[in-house]
Amino acid sequence: MATKVLANTNVEVTDEGYFIDYKQWTPDMANEMAKEPNLTLTPLHFEVLEFLRNRVAQGDALTIRSIGKSNIVDIKGFYGLFPGAPLKLSSKLAGIPKPTSCV
Amino acid sequence: MQKEEFPLKKVCMICAKGTIEDVYATLVMANGAVMEGIETKVFFTFFGLDAITKKQMNKIHTSTVGNPAMRMPNGWAFPSILGMLPGVEAGVSMMMKSTMEKLDIPTVPEFFEMITAGGGEIYACKLAMDMFKLEKNDLIDEVIDVITIGDFYGLAGGQGTQIIFT
Repeated sequence: MATKVLANTNVEVTDEGYFIDYKQWTPDMANEMAKEPNLTLTPLHFEVLEFLRNRVAQGDALTIRSIGKSNIVDIKGFYGLFPGAPLKLSSKLAGIPKPTSCV
Repeated sequence: MQKEEFPLKKVCMICAKGTIEDVYATLVMANGAVMEGIETKVFFTFFGLDAITKKQMNKIHTSTVGNPAMRMPNGWAFPSILGMLPGVEAGVSMMMKSTMEKLDIPTVPEFFEMITAGGGEIYACKLAMDMFKLEKNDLIDEVIDVITIGDFYGLAGGQGTQIIFT
């Protein structure tokens, strides 16, 4: 466990940088975290992040498939928004735990 | 001394069998690699071609004979003689697929959409296509090309590459 300063607030994160408590998250923190992978977050990015946060708040597991069915982006669009490892990257930016799903 | 680790950069997978478990092993591992940002190429050959053949991809089954790990839903052994009866293999396969659906595991066509949406590449084996008298247009659109094993090895170059045979 570690502490990170995001948007002038101390945030508890795991060694890999995922939030311990998703309630600490603010959109400003996401913008700050996005600088590292060199991303500029658009309203569409935030729509995805909100979707992920809602899923986690409801206790649902996250899968790439569920995002493809969200009507926000298709899977190709999701890879475009969060290049590389999109589920991990978006989870980190959304302030939610590291995804544990295999699909 | 610190142990040096070299992250996996590329996986090249070979799917040579056409049962549910063999095809899904390939698809889950391939999609998982794509999800991690690992360059992914999948080569389908022999009975594995069923997974990318339009007519067959939704009909893949698990084998109910000669499979000692096959059990009844209550845990009892599944006698091979029962597995031989007409319809049993189809019924068991359907049960398996419905369980997977409940776990949000994609169907075979959906997996191909997901893998290619993330940049994964699908190839078919030329030799096996000739054997089974298949043409490129019998295969799903996601298949990039019909290639030889030599071409496949050509795709597998570079440091941090692994070839996985399922």
